[in-house]
Amino acid sequence: MKLYLNYVRILLRSHMQYRASFFMVLIGQLIYPITLFAGVYLLVSRFGEIGGWSIPELTFSFGALLISYSIAEAFARGFDLFSNMVRTGEFDRVLVRPRGTILQVLGSRFELNRIGKLVTSLCMYIWAVFNLGIVWSLDKIVVAFFMVVAGIFVFSGVFILAAVWSFWTISGNELLNILTDGTREMARFPLDVYKSKIILIFIFIIPVASANFLPLMYITGKAVENQFLYALSPMLGIVFILPCLLLWQVGVRHYKSTGS
Amino acid sequence: MRTYLSFFRMRFLMNLQYKVAAWAGMATQFVWGGMYILLFSAIYSFSSAPKPMGLDQLTTYIWLQQAFLALIMLWYRDGGLFDLIISGNVAYELVRPVRLYPMWYTRLLSHRLAGVLLRFAPILLVSMLLPYPYGLSAPESLSSFLLFIATLLNGTLLTVAYSMIISISMFRTLSAVGSLTLFGLVSEFLAGMVIPLPLMPLGLQKILMVLPFWLTGDFPFRIYTGHIPVSDALYGVAMQFAWTIVLVSIGIIWLRRIQRKIIIQGG
Repeated sequence: MKLYLNYVRILLRSHMQYRASFFMVLIGQLIYPITLFAGVYLLVSRFGEIGGWSIPELTFSFGALLISYSIAEAFARGFDLFSNMVRTGEFDRVLVRPRGTILQVLGSRFELNRIGKLVTSLCMYIWAVFNLGIVWSLDKIVVAFFMVVAGIFVFSGVFILAAVWSFWTISGNELLNILTDGTREMARFPLDVYKSKIILIFIFIIPVASANFLPLMYITGKAVENQFLYALSPMLGIVFILPCLLLWQVGVRHYKSTGS
Repeated sequence: MRTYLSFFRMRFLMNLQYKVAAWAGMATQFVWGGMYILLFSAIYSFSSAPKPMGLDQLTTYIWLQQAFLALIMLWYRDGGLFDLIISGNVAYELVRPVRLYPMWYTRLLSHRLAGVLLRFAPILLVSMLLPYPYGLSAPESLSSFLLFIATLLNGTLLTVAYSMIISISMFRTLSAVGSLTLFGLVSEFLAGMVIPLPLMPLGLQKILMVLPFWLTGDFPFRIYTGHIPVSDALYGVAMQFAWTIVLVSIGIIWLRRIQRKIIIQGG
């Protein structure tokens, strides 16, 4: 842990060397959730509620999603850019150091500018918390908290999966954006609006639903039967990280250096 | 002129080499298109509000958007130009006995045309095979089809003029990511790529239709689907020409001013 904080400190210093660029990216990150959400908002204002979800409910799930996405991105970005590490042979160096690979890859990147995204999505989230029109009992607060935590774990897991992929393909692959960005884009709305079998993928394979409409149904009181299952759903997202880490270990064992 | 034509041909053939990237891009665009169509068909089936365009028109619009993404993407990055400016290799470009603006313009244009040529046909083909109303429908009429092609290509000239301005701004900021994300996010929204222009509130639509962004993709796609009848298209075509002239002029003047001040840092 101490080592990781050390990594982060060094990376922050190196970012601050390019101050103008840092702030440009920061502003871009601030604007990003706004344009995305403006799309959601305009659709609702034109067509009424989407799939029975009101504006505060949509804002709540959208805010929670982007909070967890930006946190996961800030910390686990090293996995997102991992294919570079494999291609350049940088990973060889990681392997010979007497520390865990996961820690070192995590520590290879820390993107503070994701704070921009975090700030705007946090604002949306807080606004939604007060406008949901529900009584915030203790159990709901706990579920809401774990909803965000589950999101962080799911997205970190997805980043790791994408990185594992590059053990086999070497080069970075545009296809992987389908996995990372696609999951995020789909989950912009509570997934049950799609009314399609596709959401089963997002419940059981990449369980982003556990940070999305499942806990949301509990919080808003829309879940009628088996309430406790909805309340416990964020656990699914947290557990998801385990098979991802396992696959990572398999990948590391499979790794052959590119030799450059 | 001949110099630029042969330069265009050379870059174009070179860009056609990137076939693997094209396959990956196509897969991404399929998933993206499918996702948007799922979303919009869900919204349409829930809402009783009047629909500004039919679901079949909307899906056609989305497939066209995905197929011709390389022509209309406003933040499309031609990595080469950015690297030239940042690494200082732009010095080599400056000593060539050709004018910089037209040379870079042809470079960006060839990049986009090659990109779209590698991708559009399979996307259109597969999306045509999807069942109604989820697939690509036939164009409204022959005349709207022809006008669609003309306005799409005309819009590409506009898009490239816009990317030129972004590239030129790189001389100032020296940061690709910064200017790209800022410009890209806002302009993409204004161009109707987050949600199609016809689905936006009417007041906002009026404002956006004065700006150049919708002319590149939204306008030709709506001609294809018949949402804008051929007889009403004159306004858009005139706007396309006007904005292209404005943006090209801005680019030329700005580049000339920067060229006078440019300092190459050794190396």
